[in-house]
Amino acid sequence: MKTFKTCLTSIALSIACATASAGEVEVLHYWTSGGEAAAVNVLKQEMESAGHTWTDFAVAGGGGESAMTVLKSRAISGNPPSAAQIKGLDIQEWGELGFLTSLDDVAAAGNWDSLLPPVVSDVMKYDGHYVAVPVNVHRVNWLWANPEAFKKAGVDIPTTWEEMIASGPKLKAASIIPLAHGGQAWQDATTFEAIALAEGADFYRKAFVEHDEATLKGPTMVKVLTTFKQLRDLIDADSSGRDWNVATSMVINGQAAMQIMGDWAKGEFTAAGKKPGTDYVCVAAPGTAGMFTFNIDSLAMFTQSDDSRAQAQKDLAAMVMDPKFQETFNLNKGSIPARQGMDPTPFDACALASMDDFTLSAEKGTLVPSMAHGMSTSSRVQGAIYDVVTNYFNASDITAEQAAEKLARAVNASL
Amino acid sequence: MNPKSLSLPETGTVRPVTLRLQDRLAAQLPKLVLAPTVIVTLVAVYGYMIWTGLLSLTSSRILPVWKFIGTAQYSKLLENDRWGVAVENLIIFGGLFILICLVLGVLMAILLDQKIRAEGVLRTIYLYPMAISFIVTGTAWKWLLNPGLGLQKTIRDWGFESFTFDWLVNPDMVIYCLVIAAVWQSSGFVMALFLAGLRGVDQEMVKAAQLDGASMPMIYRRIILPCLKPVFFSAFVILSHIAIKSFDLVAALTGGGPGYSSDLPATFMYQHAFTRGQMGLGAASAMLMLGGVLAILVPYLYSELRSKKNG
Repeated sequence: MKTFKTCLTSIALSIACATASAGEVEVLHYWTSGGEAAAVNVLKQEMESAGHTWTDFAVAGGGGESAMTVLKSRAISGNPPSAAQIKGLDIQEWGELGFLTSLDDVAAAGNWDSLLPPVVSDVMKYDGHYVAVPVNVHRVNWLWANPEAFKKAGVDIPTTWEEMIASGPKLKAASIIPLAHGGQAWQDATTFEAIALAEGADFYRKAFVEHDEATLKGPTMVKVLTTFKQLRDLIDADSSGRDWNVATSMVINGQAAMQIMGDWAKGEFTAAGKKPGTDYVCVAAPGTAGMFTFNIDSLAMFTQSDDSRAQAQKDLAAMVMDPKFQETFNLNKGSIPARQGMDPTPFDACALASMDDFTLSAEKGTLVPSMAHGMSTSSRVQGAIYDVVTNYFNASDITAEQAAEKLARAVNASL
Repeated sequence: MNPKSLSLPETGTVRPVTLRLQDRLAAQLPKLVLAPTVIVTLVAVYGYMIWTGLLSLTSSRILPVWKFIGTAQYSKLLENDRWGVAVENLIIFGGLFILICLVLGVLMAILLDQKIRAEGVLRTIYLYPMAISFIVTGTAWKWLLNPGLGLQKTIRDWGFESFTFDWLVNPDMVIYCLVIAAVWQSSGFVMALFLAGLRGVDQEMVKAAQLDGASMPMIYRRIILPCLKPVFFSAFVILSHIAIKSFDLVAALTGGGPGYSSDLPATFMYQHAFTRGQMGLGAASAMLMLGGVLAILVPYLYSELRSKKNG
């Protein structure tokens, strides 16, 4: 009887202890595809082994549009999740509305300032305080090519846009679609920004970060738009509305020769059992070697009223920056760690090239935020650019000059 | 006896009061029963309408912010190229959709009204598309109209190499793809409305006209169709609000593309209010859509109410 009593008290005590230290984190994210979900699971297990409760709040939909809609309704009703997957300048919008909590103590303890390059940490801060934690860095200006297709047509993988356009007829003659593309606004913008980057990082920054009106409608922009329109000939007629991963699979099975897409495309190649260097080739998008358009996924932390939840939230932030998580997550996702000085051995050739270019371009000043992925502009300016770009790319009756004029006007109207 | 019966109300006060309470309850019962729905409607329909109207006067971006900036959102909206495309598309789509649905619906109803065999089966076949959601319709037509997958490829495979039907990927023609799918979906429903109307037409009048030697087309034109004026109105109102609120069909069939060439006001509103962080602008476009609905509904209600009073 006595032993039973001691047992009972010890159980009761341990439960009491557990509830005292443990908190709940609810994480809203849209990492729902196979590799992504596996990556999130790592974080979940770590949180649970630290004694916290993890409530998964996954909202499917690649670009996170539906996730953001859900997040807004939760925020309006005064019940935001602990953390949400928010990107780029939208972090600033949420910070301005006063929803985000400061992570400065966690950041100081974890020495984030020295681990993160300034371009990354700037995005994570609102008003000088850390409010979000980065999980990865994607490179957007990649060209994915099927070497088999190029060999069949007898052309080299292009290194400039002129070469790419010139390679079109030969690839078509070998009945290969030169460029796999999905006719969705964000994919049009992804291609467009790669062409703009080829005109130099300064031009890119002036146009998409500073929104300089003269640059937006200047002759260089007209040139970029002209090249962009010429790519239309390289794309098959059915591209309208096609998803990016369908376009990637066209490159994988040799139906198409190449695709311009961020490094998340690598996940599709890996899932199809292809090896980099032999089955597929990853090179910087034409004319952008040594430059880097980044797209950073991050978790922004919302202010919590409950103390145990706030503590769990801080633990979550610290764990995301943990080398083990950064490695596992990015191996699954195809991206590179946001944290610097990681062990490179587990990563493949494409990721290693990406890591090198990231460091190099940061030194050379050719590291720029991706416009197409909401890193350089808020979602409303980005939307305005999308509209002009996608309309120009699809409509037959707009000249490059008119499109440049429209671009400047649309950006100004949405600022 | 008389004094007693006169004093009855005073001595038996309890009974009359309960009766009166019951009476009062009985009198109030309809209002009590209706109250919840009235309140819900007032809040969830009219309340949010007013809220959206207020929102359209603010500078709200990703969340509502009560900073009033007058009608700036409206002027921004009217200058927006994409809104122009959406409104133009709505006029083309709505006009053709309503017209074709009405014409096809009336024709099918008249043909089915000829006392043919297996009418029930045919009616079900025509009406069935209405049972399918616009999402399914959109997806199915997306496959049918896709040049590399559907109609064009099939006919080319049959040997007609030069056959081209690429409306779905052609920015100038894509809006007509929406019309095709929407008409396919809704014309059967219009037919059912008219068929019910035709059955309600007084056969005596038709017989009288036949005795006078009127031909069948003449009878339809001069007698039967004019009798169906109320059905025309109902069909028109239902079709026009389907057209204005069309969202799911665009989302499934074209996604607004290529580019934004098949955008309609409803998809414009959703994109700007919920995914682009321009809630104020989205609210302004929603108010303009409401204006469009009212412009159709108010004359209709007015004529309905007036005819009730007269009739």
